Amino acid sequence: MAAGLFKSSITKKFWMSLTGIFLISFLVVHCAINATIFFNDGGKTFNLWAHFMGTNIIVRTMEIGLFVGLILHIVDGLMLYFQNRAARPVKYAYEKASASSTWYSRSMALLGTIILLFLIVHLYHFWLRTRITGLTIAEPEMIINGKLYENLYGEMELIFSYSWVVILYVLGCISLFWHLLHGFKSAFQSIGLNHSKYKNTIALVGDAFSIIIPAVFAAMPIAFYFKLVH
Amino acid sequence: MNLTLKIWRQKSTNDQGKIVEYKVTDISEDMSFLEMIDVLNYDLVEKGDDPVTFDHDCREGICGMCSMFINGEAHGPNRGVTTCQLHMRSFKDGETIYIEPWRSAGFPVIKDLMVDRGAFDRIQQAGGFISVNTSGRTLDANAIPVPKEDADKSFDAATCIGCGACVATCPNGSAMLFVSAKVSQYALLPQGQVERKERVLNMVKKMDEEGFGNCSNIGACEVQCPKGISLENIARMNREYLMASIKPEN
Repeated sequence: MAAGLFKSSITKKFWMSLTGIFLISFLVVHCAINATIFFNDGGKTFNLWAHFMGTNIIVRTMEIGLFVGLILHIVDGLMLYFQNRAARPVKYAYEKASASSTWYSRSMALLGTIILLFLIVHLYHFWLRTRITGLTIAEPEMIINGKLYENLYGEMELIFSYSWVVILYVLGCISLFWHLLHGFKSAFQSIGLNHSKYKNTIALVGDAFSIIIPAVFAAMPIAFYFKLVH
Repeated sequence: MNLTLKIWRQKSTNDQGKIVEYKVTDISEDMSFLEMIDVLNYDLVEKGDDPVTFDHDCREGICGMCSMFINGEAHGPNRGVTTCQLHMRSFKDGETIYIEPWRSAGFPVIKDLMVDRGAFDRIQQAGGFISVNTSGRTLDANAIPVPKEDADKSFDAATCIGCGACVATCPNGSAMLFVSAKVSQYALLPQGQVERKERVLNMVKKMDEEGFGNCSNIGACEVQCPKGISLENIARMNREYLMASIKPEN
């Protein structure tokens, strides 16, 4: 099946685009739910949402899809990277690439690798603890409306009290910004959606998305570290 | 003008090749880039050295034969022109200019700055044509109505001269701008409909077989294309390919 999926250069682009759009849609949900920490209600709304996301059967099924999508995106990206390197066995002695393209559009594999490294730490911090090993804070549960809920908000507070973690997360968000700045537009081009009628709209939405989502994400560890949310 | 040239010299496909430095003097700024190389070659021949081999033909910017990677850019620093239409006034007196052949697994170097672009011919042969009777009573092409917008877009795609600058400049060594121009040219016209699906499938298959890289929408090809072929063509080829893959028969 894998051979069929990636049989040609264009199908490889197609899957890169489709998984990319899927991951983009995940970012919207993830960012929107996490942004509830800014409600300054001691994490009540956030913990309720975290509970819903952790227990809802549809969301949990989607989570499997998310991992599959992520792995496809990575495998496909690596295949493209190595094939593209092989397509130019002898490099130019002098290449002025900046004259005709942006550095980030040429560095998607590098940016993706940085995001992946960040993701490994991120999944260790949150996914592993909420799904498998349990939270590490002294009081892992909190009472909301008379019921006991997992205090993921408290775990965030603890994790983001370390400066190196905050720096790592902000670097991850910066890489995500550059990755999206090319990836968003690129995804539409790859599935054939590029026309002078709506090209500028896609570019504008893509640029706005690439700025807003990573900025909101980066604001979270920073806000916890400087105790701007409580 | 006096210039220092750093030119890629390679005796044959299997030779290692290296950059060799040359000096040229008294170059007129009104000369084309190729005429400047001609001056160097006269000099080399007089000295009994091997002249620099390079592709050229019409020297009018329409044949697509000239193919140099000049100071890190396909066809040099100017936009919308081929190397033969690049003039020495675009350079400064005393400047050092790097001149290299197109670099791609699909374009093996034959000698010095000349590469084998036969891969483009083979891609064309895989589907870049329409099958029509050319003998007896043929249909006048002008009798077939074509919407103006389609005719314009098809014409724009057809202006591709197949020089290979897109491949040369693409960091991935991808040939998709060229192939998409050829696919679009026919896909937009009524005459191209009969072979529309097998055309895109066969041309993309051939393109992949020839060892070109994958497009990652960097867009350098569009910027450096001497004919201004648009990335919209690649999007169209992607659409054509995906539709043809879902339902290969017409």
